[in-house]
Amino acid sequence: MSDANNAEWHRVAKTSEVTDDEPKAVQVGAEYIALFKVDGTFYATDDVCTHEFASLSEGFVEGDVIECPLHAGQFHIPTGKALSPPVEEDLRTFPVKVEGDDIYVQVPKG
Amino acid sequence: MTADSGFVVIGAGQAGGRAVEAMRKAGFAGRIVLVGEEPHVPYERPPLSKQLLSGDDGPETTYLRDRGFYREQDIDLRLGARASAIDPSARRVLLADGDELAYDKLLITTGSRVRRLAISGAELPGVFYLRDIEDALAIRARLAEGAALAVVGGGYIGLEVAAAARSRGCRVTVLEMEPVVMNRVVAPEVGRFFADVHAAQGAEVRTGTTVSGFAGDRRVDEVVCSDGTRLTVDLVVIGIGIMPNTALAEAAGLAVDDGIVVDEFGRTSDPEIFAAGDVARHYNPLLGRQIRLESWQNAQNQAIAVARVMCGSNVAYAEVPWFWSDQYDLNLQMTGVADRWDQIVYRGDMEDRRFTAFYLLDGVLVAANSVNLPRDVRYARKLIESGARVDRDALADPAVPLKTLLEA
Repeated sequence: MSDANNAEWHRVAKTSEVTDDEPKAVQVGAEYIALFKVDGTFYATDDVCTHEFASLSEGFVEGDVIECPLHAGQFHIPTGKALSPPVEEDLRTFPVKVEGDDIYVQVPKG
Repeated sequence: MTADSGFVVIGAGQAGGRAVEAMRKAGFAGRIVLVGEEPHVPYERPPLSKQLLSGDDGPETTYLRDRGFYREQDIDLRLGARASAIDPSARRVLLADGDELAYDKLLITTGSRVRRLAISGAELPGVFYLRDIEDALAIRARLAEGAALAVVGGGYIGLEVAAAARSRGCRVTVLEMEPVVMNRVVAPEVGRFFADVHAAQGAEVRTGTTVSGFAGDRRVDEVVCSDGTRLTVDLVVIGIGIMPNTALAEAAGLAVDDGIVVDEFGRTSDPEIFAAGDVARHYNPLLGRQIRLESWQNAQNQAIAVARVMCGSNVAYAEVPWFWSDQYDLNLQMTGVADRWDQIVYRGDMEDRRFTAFYLLDGVLVAANSVNLPRDVRYARKLIESGARVDRDALADPAVPLKTLLEA
């Protein structure tokens, strides 16, 4: 599957593998991506914190905010926006779609 | 407010750096002067015993912000400058170079300095302490493959140095006075787990061992233990704790008691003077007592809270203490204060190198340590904050999500 904007959809996980409290890390090519579920909607952002090397999918979700497990920097899951020190730089977000019980993420071609 | 006064911050470490940013963010438009003895812009110290030692990172990777940020924010950085006195009645800070800084409000974030070992040979070249960037780079330069390193002190700084040195192929011996490592921050069982990990990684850990001196002609080449054993070394790193830099505050007549005494808003005994970070013995409303913390979290978040108070906020600094240590492939997170407990409940298995220890006092969670399970500690912080009694069986059962305990 491909899209007009030079990005491809990748099937990355089953919907049952991502819960509100436990995000999931997936890899697409060279990209490390975290999958989140907030109020029934799935989101995808960078998995690696923009501050230091830490996997956000190991972090703590409260509402629509993910807190990094290493330094407690917070990001807004739907937009990737950095919310609190020490994080400054926003996360990238990726389009997500669900077909049946499969989660797809759209990642730009490298 | 007079045109040339405003806020002065003494101490340009992590706390001072985060404070001045927070002042601008809170809308303070007056003059801000940040005075620091080190030549660097404010930086974070945790990497000094981790990435900076084990990797090849430059010192700038630890900086909170680059120099341009302070220019853009109109923050007057006085680096390499030492404050020599505070005159509270005239609201002035005197600098060692003779300059004087007037203030409307003063923040003291002077941090701490290493505790030194007063034994023979401690001044020999090759004996290091680790506190600043220069220390870390000097130690790193000597961690050559095959070099023999003795680490004096098995706290987390000493153990992180040991892990970094092993990753560079050094021969490492850790000498700890107490019967178990990290005695001040974790339970003996958890300390023993870490000692075993170090042993498995090829570092020798000698507990119950006191160092009586260092010997060497032009530089250290032997460590002498009080039981008479001698250790041949190429270098020594001493990590036996830090002490708050309270001299300026004391001389200015502020209340000091192992740290500058402040309330939950960071206010000292002088209404125009505030303190935050390592140097501040502050009241923590969640713990219900005065405490002084030497941590990244406290340096950042207390400083931000106090800076906001200086700008008119009335929100206290109230967080459950939290810190972490990285050794080899282990991420240890600690929350709460593990100084008094009557029961420890383990979740997960030490053998899997993924477990959490919960410390309970009268059935209430007071602290937790997790190894490679950072999320557990995040829930533990919430549970400690709530002060509720917890179900021990549920804590011990990895199949019961910790979140459900919060909702109980």
